[in-house]
Amino acid sequence: MTTACDKIQNNPKYHELVHKRTVFAWTLTLVMLVIYFGFIFLIAYGKAFLGESLSGGVTTIGLPIGVGVILSAILLTGIYVRRANGEFDELNRQIIEESV
Amino acid sequence: MNALKSVFAAVAALAAPAFLATSAFAADAPAAPPTNWHAVVLFGLFVVLTLAITAWAAKRTRTAKDFYAAGGGITGLQNGMAIAGDYMSAASFLGISSMVYFQGYDGLIFSVGWLVGWPIILFLIAERLRNLGKYTFADVASYRLAQGPVRTFAATGALFVVIFYLIGQMVGAGQLVHLLFPQLQYVHAVIVVGALMIIYVTLGGMVATTWVQIIKACLLLGGATFIAFGVMANFGFSFEAMFAKAVEIHPAHNAIMAPGTLVKDPVDAVALGLALMFGTAGLPHILMRFFTVPDAKAARKSVFYATGFIGYFYILTFIIGFGAITLVATNPQYIDAAKGGINLIGGNNMAALHLAHAIGGDLFLGFISAVAFATILAVVSGLALAGASAISHDLYANVIMKGKATEGNEVFVSKMASIGLGVIAVLLGIVFEKQNVAFIVAITFSVAASANFPVLVMSMFWKGLTTRGAVLGGIIGLLSSVIMVILSKAVWVQSFGNPAAIFPYAYPTLFSLPAAFIGCWFFSITDGSARAIAERAAYPAQRVRSETGLGAEGAASH
Repeated sequence: MTTACDKIQNNPKYHELVHKRTVFAWTLTLVMLVIYFGFIFLIAYGKAFLGESLSGGVTTIGLPIGVGVILSAILLTGIYVRRANGEFDELNRQIIEESV
Repeated sequence: MNALKSVFAAVAALAAPAFLATSAFAADAPAAPPTNWHAVVLFGLFVVLTLAITAWAAKRTRTAKDFYAAGGGITGLQNGMAIAGDYMSAASFLGISSMVYFQGYDGLIFSVGWLVGWPIILFLIAERLRNLGKYTFADVASYRLAQGPVRTFAATGALFVVIFYLIGQMVGAGQLVHLLFPQLQYVHAVIVVGALMIIYVTLGGMVATTWVQIIKACLLLGGATFIAFGVMANFGFSFEAMFAKAVEIHPAHNAIMAPGTLVKDPVDAVALGLALMFGTAGLPHILMRFFTVPDAKAARKSVFYATGFIGYFYILTFIIGFGAITLVATNPQYIDAAKGGINLIGGNNMAALHLAHAIGGDLFLGFISAVAFATILAVVSGLALAGASAISHDLYANVIMKGKATEGNEVFVSKMASIGLGVIAVLLGIVFEKQNVAFIVAITFSVAASANFPVLVMSMFWKGLTTRGAVLGGIIGLLSSVIMVILSKAVWVQSFGNPAAIFPYAYPTLFSLPAAFIGCWFFSITDGSARAIAERAAYPAQRVRSETGLGAEGAASH
């Protein structure tokens, strides 16, 4: 039991992986929180702004912003999966290979 | 035509005996609209198809891993579809599109809250959950902690969420069926849903549940896309033209294009946001889905697909709501003449269904009605399986039998638990028929966010967490959220009839969520027991497995 697990903990690549992925995941979490709660605060304190016409018609500025929050959620998950399934999984594969 | 009708009746009868019994009640309600045979037949076909899949799944369900996690062999795309099928409820389809119909932009604000939990699940939970757990989120919470107390707490939190969520779905099913098939009684609808749920889960386990959810997600997304496409075709695919027409027709005019009354109090809005965001990440039936995929890579992909499908679905409901303003509110056929204005025949949740009729006639209305009913079946099946696994895998196999239960006994207990939960769901559905169920969403998401989520996150990310901290912190989150919901307007005033609410907000998460985290932290750092020291020392090994997947559960070989 000591072998593989201890080897991994002594492998600098493991610490690199954990550090990079943790920073990346919490950064994206923070971005999502800022986008969503920013939207909520805009609704609470900037109703008039969201109700302004986008380009002279009935469509308001609030519309692309609301749909934008939905699209940002999809985009952020896409960004995370792309890096995690590529760069991080490659690093992970090397760590396992070197330790088992 | 008569011969055709009798074939339809036979299909419906085969699928659900209660349908047949209802023909006797038809004579009692002469004022009710005629039975929607298209809906009955299409729902019957859905039931026949899903029962066939259940029979196929039953042959492939031999081990506990098959039963709980479909052998771990579901792909990322399939799981993403199934998650979407688990999450997109009939209430969100009919409710949010109707909210857009009546309040315009506010409906969009509401639906955004239901989506933003998904990225959080991906960034913080999905892959670590997959790497550490086997069948339930309690596997992860109790990974290096004392099995008895932590699993008992986690199973309690899971069952609490499952049972309240089930009540909401059952009451919704009964009411929906009454709208769609006025001749069918509420009680029969609830029994049909409970019986089918028991069949899917006990015979087909996770394999059948997954495919019911995938089929339902395809039907719902396909149907909603068709409606939205039909709406946009009316306006030459110009959003501006659709909005212009809606603003002209709607009694609130330009106000529907901007935020209205939904967010009055920023504190309540933030508390609702926290409940939806972190509550989603604490729903046991959602967390359980991550054990059906072979590895962390597929777990991540499934969240990406699920977020895409669910986000797309909410954009569709927005178009559907506005489409209903332009095509339903203008047609006296759909307007409740007694109430006037834009009030709808059949109640305020009917916008999407009337729009389906306006666009595709009786046949398409039948299709959408059947999809809405099928939607409830898919959601309750996922819930029942999650509740059953909390009872069998956590309480029976690991707490009572201390890990010494045979696999056969564990699966048997799980099936019995599914039947028990089905019966309880039917009974509670009947009890709550006439009750105000507005508190259901608040209580389920608040408990999920304040009890399940903090313990899960702390166990994965904080090396200092001890058994005492997890259990006491979790209990603080659970009790404080339940008590505050009871003291809020939805229960204290609307259910108990008191003149004023003691707790001024609808959602307690702004207080209960931090209270749970602080409780976990405080009762952990002050825990100097030998067990606590051993638990802290076990963290690095857990971290290695959660980050690298070393030693994680693999997929079954067959």
